[in-house]
Formats: sequence, C-alpha cells, structure tokens
Amino acid sequence: MGVGTFFTSKLDEALGWARKFSIFQYPFVTACCGMEYMATACSHYDIDRFGAGLPRFSPRQADVLFVVGTISHKMAPVLRRIYDQMCEPKWVVAFGVCTCTGGFYNNYATVQGIDTIIPVDVYIPGCPPRPESVIDGLMKLQDKIAAGAQRY
Amino acid sequence: MDGSAILARLRGRLGARVLETHEHRGDHTAVIAPDGILDALRYCRDDAELGFDLLMDLTAVDYAKYPGREDGPRFDVVYHLYSVPHNHRVRLKVPVEQDAASVSSATSLWPIANWLEREVWDMFGIRFDGHPDLRRLLLYEEFVGHPLRKDYPIDRRQPLIGPHV
Repeated sequence: MGVGTFFTSKLDEALGWARKFSIFQYPFVTACCGMEYMATACSHYDIDRFGAGLPRFSPRQADVLFVVGTISHKMAPVLRRIYDQMCEPKWVVAFGVCTCTGGFYNNYATVQGIDTIIPVDVYIPGCPPRPESVIDGLMKLQDKIAAGAQRY
Repeated sequence: MDGSAILARLRGRLGARVLETHEHRGDHTAVIAPDGILDALRYCRDDAELGFDLLMDLTAVDYAKYPGREDGPRFDVVYHLYSVPHNHRVRLKVPVEQDAASVSSATSLWPIANWLEREVWDMFGIRFDGHPDLRRLLLYEEFVGHPLRKDYPIDRRQPLIGPHV
C-alpha cells in the first residue's frame, strides 16, 4: 500500500484471516494413518505453506485437533478429555476412515466415528488418505476458519 | 532336530500324557493332557537336545459349535515354541473344558507368558493357575465378558462414553 491508500475490513474477517494461517495442530495419532500424517507434515508436501507447520504436543497450546487413526472404546475418554482441554476457538479434523466412521472395524473394540464423542469440522476419508486429500481437507478447514465457523 | 524326532522325544518323556501328535506341511504339533502341560513345557525348555528357549506365542481357540468337536473340550490353549540354538519349532496344544477353563501358568518358565496369558484371559476367559497377576491386558476393567468367545454376541458394544450403537 502506498501513501494515501487504505482498506476496510470487519474485525471478524480480519480475525478469521489471521487464524486460518496460524493453525497450531495437536496430532492425536493412534494408528497407521500417522505415517501419512508425517509425510504430509514434512518438507515434501510442506503444510507450512498453509501456516500449519508447527504441531503442538499439548492440547492447551493447540487450536486444531487432528484425530489420526482408529479410536478404541478404551481410548475414547482420553480423546474426550484432550478435546475438553483445548482452548477456544477450536476445531477438529477426522483423519482417515476409522475416525470418520470406524472404517472396516465394526467390532467390540472400535468407536464408530469420533463424531459420536466430539464435534468434527472436517472429515478426510481414505485408508490412509493421500497427502493431497489431507491438504484439501486442510484448505476446507481454512475456509471454515476464515468464515468464522467456530463452536463455543 | 527333525520335527518328528521332537514329537518322539516328547512322547518318550511324557508317555500317555501326549494325547495325540500330528504333522501338517512341516509343522509338528503335540496335544498334551492338561495335567502334563507344565512338565512338557519345562522339558522342552530344559532338555539340551530340544532347547526351546523361546515362547513365541501363547494363544487359544474356541471350538464351540466346531464341526466334529461338539462333544469335545471347548477350548485349546496353544503354545508355539522356537529354539534359537537349534533353529527348530514345535506347537503344543492343551484341551480345556468349558467348566474348568483353567490351565497351569507358564510364567515360571518364560516371563513373556505373563502378558500372553493375560491376553488369553481377557479374550477367552481361560484362567491360568499360578499366574501372579491375572488382570485384563487389552480391554478396560469395565468390560463384561470375553469377546473372542464364540458365544459373545457379535454386535454387543460396551462403550465407556458415547452412544451404544
């Protein structure tokens, strides 16, 4: 911007724009999807381009919960507590079919989709999802964040 | 040592407590009576010729409603042994009646049997006499029943939180 130019915005939009490029994820990795998550997070696919390059391994410092891998009934209370510990605003990404629906595990041990326990914003299907799907899901989450779609 | 020689050696030591032996595609199996399994395992481990120093796996099978075994003992507990110095293997099986559902613990012979037996207890509800700490290994304490038993309903769910779907 040169001298004498200006632009206007709404506070919500400015906040949304800032938030969508400063995603601090908490990777809740329980299973094989974790390998694909690592591939996406590393330099080859480089999710740092989207401002999501710094995972925080404390839920209190994170604003997006990445649930990566099968969630068993034994693990469900842990996941719920992690979610409750995160500060608002917060979002949840279900990474892989197991987190979306239980995947092919319909048995005594497996939660049939994490949305039965915590609210989910973006579902990324795949077994495991390719990095392109993950980036697509991340961009959809960015749109959602920019639009101010958040749960309090 | 050749597999059939291993079985012959076991039969020579345990006599009638070896109920049956068979061989399938190079895998040799001995079915041992419940009162002889601890002796058999100890002999397998300590005998210099056998030298089975590694308990590779300890698991169980539920034969409820299995064709041809309707009247027989319901469970088999299965031991897979491997000898590192001799590079040979053998499989031992123990038939277990449903009412007793109990076998001598192998924890005194191989420490790994501790967790393997806890898993079998968790999944099949078979007790191990002399086990130091027979708690569930994989499932949670609140879980009722043993899910790998054939009479555990395939659609029974016991979530700790969330809906019962």
